[in-house]
Amino acid sequence: MALLEVRDLRSSFFTDAGEVKAVNGVSFDLERGKVLGIVGESGSGKSATAYSILQILASAGKIVGGSIKFNGQELVGAGEKVMKTIRGNKISIIFQDPMTALNPTYTIGHQLKEAILLHTNRTKAQAKERAIEMLRLVNVNDPEKRMNQYPYELSGGMRQRVMIAMALACEPDILIADEPTTALDVTIQAQILELMNSIQKELGMAIIMITHDLGVVAQMCDEVIVMYAGSVCEQGTTDEIFYNPHHEYTKGLMRSIPTATSAGTKLQPITGTPIDLLNMPKGCPFAPRCANAMKICINQNAEIMEVCENHKAACWMNIKEAVEKGELKLEKSETQEETTNEQ
Amino acid sequence: MNNNENTPLLEVKNLKQYFDINVGVFKSKPLKAVDDVSFYINKKETLGLVGESGCGKTTVGRTILNLYKPTAGEIWYNGKQIKTKADINEFRKKATMVFQDPYSSLNPRMTVADIIGEPLDVHNLYSTKEERRERILELMDYVGLNSEHASRYAHEFSGGQRQRIGIARALAVNPEFIVCDEPVSALDVSIQAQVINMFDELQDKLGLTYLFIAHNLLVVRHISDRIAVMYLGKIVELADAEEIYSRPLHPYSKALMSAVPVPDPQVARANKRIMLSGDIPSPLNAPSGCPFRTRCPHATEQCAMETPEFKEISKGHFVACHNIDKIN
Repeated sequence: MALLEVRDLRSSFFTDAGEVKAVNGVSFDLERGKVLGIVGESGSGKSATAYSILQILASAGKIVGGSIKFNGQELVGAGEKVMKTIRGNKISIIFQDPMTALNPTYTIGHQLKEAILLHTNRTKAQAKERAIEMLRLVNVNDPEKRMNQYPYELSGGMRQRVMIAMALACEPDILIADEPTTALDVTIQAQILELMNSIQKELGMAIIMITHDLGVVAQMCDEVIVMYAGSVCEQGTTDEIFYNPHHEYTKGLMRSIPTATSAGTKLQPITGTPIDLLNMPKGCPFAPRCANAMKICINQNAEIMEVCENHKAACWMNIKEAVEKGELKLEKSETQEETTNEQ
Repeated sequence: MNNNENTPLLEVKNLKQYFDINVGVFKSKPLKAVDDVSFYINKKETLGLVGESGCGKTTVGRTILNLYKPTAGEIWYNGKQIKTKADINEFRKKATMVFQDPYSSLNPRMTVADIIGEPLDVHNLYSTKEERRERILELMDYVGLNSEHASRYAHEFSGGQRQRIGIARALAVNPEFIVCDEPVSALDVSIQAQVINMFDELQDKLGLTYLFIAHNLLVVRHISDRIAVMYLGKIVELADAEEIYSRPLHPYSKALMSAVPVPDPQVARANKRIMLSGDIPSPLNAPSGCPFRTRCPHATEQCAMETPEFKEISKGHFVACHNIDKIN
């Protein structure tokens, strides 16, 4: 049994303009000690997935289906009481912007101790000791002095370290990192990623790393989920996704990032603009921007299917290939539609 | 793209930009945002300017266009120094800017046509309404916007399209030189590539020269001919793009290049990163001597005493470091 089992998770935001399906059928397993990356552009549902796991979606948002099992315990519909024992204790989160995630009116020490006192049976003195220990773990210099400082007195990198210290204070099994280094500079980003790596090895927890930076994914993650418009396009091991992408969107992403050898050449961007979640197309959400879209792509969403071991993709191109190779037989009506409607 | 002519298109000599910051009720202190920076840009060339937040790269761009009055130093354009008000006015018809944030740099109360047309109005670049309209449509066509977008407002567009509007506005006066201040950092990866390609195409088509400011080193490497690395108001290294990546000489550039997350798992795993300890010091309390010495693993006493000279090590490769021979 995996530490975290997410099955067909669906979350929607109910706005005045209509229902926005922010998370539309996401499934994955997370094993202890693994780092899972979730990548996608803004609005692809990567943060919404994380917030759904912790059930901290904004008030208009709701989980509308699926299951989230933590250590075998079902979290969807479990209620606030259960979630309070999970949040910050078993599963904790660090947010993107360390500037706004800390309360500016309390000292660092106060905020760290609050988290510890809430979730453990430590006394105040023990909590303080633990807080200092945590600050030391995340390489904050002069931890005793920092305890009495306010967030504005610290730099961005320091604040993110404090956030990590707070998230790790109760020794969670899972750490969700929502774009933890996006607001930071490159050299500071390197420090924070290194820190997360070493702590992860030391404490053996699992990390869900949400990011739009494929470089960060390549460096940190064991497995990757690529999301587009709330759905999973492709998931698999990091090497599989980077070296053997099987979804047109993933391929497009890989082609569109500048690399060491791309100078002087043209990048191959994905055409068009990201989709409006209020007006989702009937078929594959990426079809309107996909250069190889077939008729079936516009009419019907592809099921996610196994490409090889540890690698799944939801793209009709793969199904077409499999049918052509004779590995897969579709029911008659579908096969016909596919072969006759190709562009 | 590198078109070597005798006079560079733009030359900056010992540029300084200090801001007075209040530190007490009646006390103020200079913040040295740009401190003695010199470089040149040749015609049709792209100079990348990289560095971390607060290093002064945006201020360099803005000071060149005289959006801030330089504290000291000279700006030469096409062999002529930009000094008087008339010079500046004339210069701004040749040199424009694309801003980082496509959300706050477009007036929400103006239509796209008026945003793009504003520079034309300011510099009186048309004689009839019809001419203005035609020019606006031509500009929109350059950046891949449809003519029916002209009467819409900025909020109706996505980030990438807004950045296109900003670029069309920068192109309105038919400039030769554009300061691109983090033009793609607010955009999603797939859109980023579209905009980068557009910068490339426009450069070929219109013969533009860019100062390309960004913190994403992979983007800068892709688009630039030469790259300057800034740290705390100073340029610490300047060289050809390939040279600075394959053979960085300054300890800060070395750390910076090694810290870039490479989107290739095998390379990323094998990559030996140079970790810098600590944070960037506040430019209000910049260290004496070499600005980088507080984080430099090779710092000596000399680094605290004297500011290293920015000198040419090999052809076109400038570095400011005392211990360059020892380190490399």
